[in-house]
Amino acid sequence: MNLLAPLGWLGRITFELLSMFGAVSLFAARAISHIFRPPYYPRELMISLLNVGWLSLPVVGLTAIFTGGALALQIYAGGARFNAEAVVPQIVAIGMVRELGPVLVGLMIAARVTSSIAAEIATMKVTEQIDALVTLSTNPMKYLVAPRVLAALITVPVLVGIGDIIGIAGGYTVAVQNLGFNPAAYLRNTVDFLEMRDIVSSLVKGAAFGGIAAVMGCYYGMNSGRGAQGVGRATKSSVESAAILILAANFVLTGVFFSL
Amino acid sequence: MILMENVQKSFDDNHVLRGMNLEIPKGTSMVIIGGSGTGKSVGLKCILGLIKPDAGRIMVDGKDASKGDRDKFLARFGMLFQGGALFDSLPVWQNVAFRLLRGSLKRPVEEAREIAIEKLRRVGLKSDVADRFPAELSGGMQKRVGLARAIAAEPEIIFFDEPTTGLDPIMSGVINDLIREIVVEMGATAMTITHDMSSVRAIADNVAMLHDGVIQWTGPVSQMDSSSDPYLEQFITGSAEGPIEAVR
Ligand SMILES: Nc1ncnc2c1ncn2[C@@H]1O[C@H](COP(=O)(O)OP(=O)(O)O)[C@@H](O)[C@H]1O
Ligand SMILES: [Mg+2]
Repeated sequence: MNLLAPLGWLGRITFELLSMFGAVSLFAARAISHIFRPPYYPRELMISLLNVGWLSLPVVGLTAIFTGGALALQIYAGGARFNAEAVVPQIVAIGMVRELGPVLVGLMIAARVTSSIAAEIATMKVTEQIDALVTLSTNPMKYLVAPRVLAALITVPVLVGIGDIIGIAGGYTVAVQNLGFNPAAYLRNTVDFLEMRDIVSSLVKGAAFGGIAAVMGCYYGMNSGRGAQGVGRATKSSVESAAILILAANFVLTGVFFSL
Repeated sequence: MILMENVQKSFDDNHVLRGMNLEIPKGTSMVIIGGSGTGKSVGLKCILGLIKPDAGRIMVDGKDASKGDRDKFLARFGMLFQGGALFDSLPVWQNVAFRLLRGSLKRPVEEAREIAIEKLRRVGLKSDVADRFPAELSGGMQKRVGLARAIAAEPEIIFFDEPTTGLDPIMSGVINDLIREIVVEMGATAMTITHDMSSVRAIADNVAMLHDGVIQWTGPVSQMDSSSDPYLEQFITGSAEGPIEAVR
């Protein structure tokens, strides 16, 4: 009896995780289907594009430039141990475009966008604004969720692309200013080395991570508990699960793009 | 006509509605009274389909409220929420005109704004609040904006959840008159929740008292004072002594 208790516990956790996964998937599928069916709310979409895309630029830029710079320093120091300092441009390019660009931008979006979506929608839920929307014949999935998810799907790949470029620029600056690289050679090495596949994978990851970030914010917001505590809990859980899902999705997508 | 038959709703082990029966004839004003937390708001939300009852049936004009076209169904309703439930990302006039700016009742923006300002005037708010945001208004003003939003599209059926709570006596009088007017002039069916006995007398054709999850007493407002129901009597007189436990 007692011996089997952990088994039951494990079973319950597994069951809860699976049903949660099912609920989130269903929610995501509904959100995406609402993107394509009228009525559309262009004003809400514009506001979301502004919030998710434009206003995230400073955070994305700063994250990328420091990471690119640090990356160049590390590769130079590591490469020097076996006389391979010259690979800095190639490794910075691959590291930023394939992994660090999408992952860091994804995590920053989870911190910035997922949390604000979850807190806003959860507050609307606990103050009956969602109920009010429904009674005013407006579907919250279309009015609140669809524009946010669509905005993230459009803008986060662009943010990732910008992050990649700024990251490479950060590496370039450090390499040219501090490590004595030839500017023209650095750029040529970067451009020659990157393949189409690297860039496509970067942008696809961006879209996936953006979608995850927006969907998790909306899901936890719409399912928030009551009161201020409910809002707090929804916000915390949304960021946690968005971050974990982004990292897991990154692993899967890297496998799909580079080991097949 | 709205008909609730044996409507039941629990949240976990909190049995809120235990078989609510109520009939509201078309074009009349029903007022629901009862202690706070007895499930009056939950009852209204069940009719609108915002909360799904565990059991029972709700009919509107002879049709099951949970079936059929939701949009068409909801387009007939206006609702004032207990907490106002204004959209804080939109200025006041866009809150009031929300329905008139999108969907099947859409009109030109200028016309929608004019209607919004006219409705604001009817609830005693000047046109200078139109461009402010809900968070900049006092609680009583927010309540009145919510009221203006509920009546903006001139719905056939209007629910008011505590329309006068938080208002001064004079403003309460204005709102009571307005609700009465809407029923008499527009022929709307109204259902109002209130704790305020002077509101009850000003608004109601019929009164129903909710207690312990069921309608304890219902009848025309004229018979309210002559009723010998001990629950109703205690509520009207506001006495701490009686069958309704006042936990202290
Ligand atoms: N969404 C909900 N989830 C859980 N409990 C709820 C919910 N809505 C209302 N309740 C509970 O139902 C009871 C009745 O609430 P309500 O209808 O708001 O009372 P009132 O008669 O004052 O309007 C309360 O105990 C409240 O805690
Ligand atoms: Mg209530």
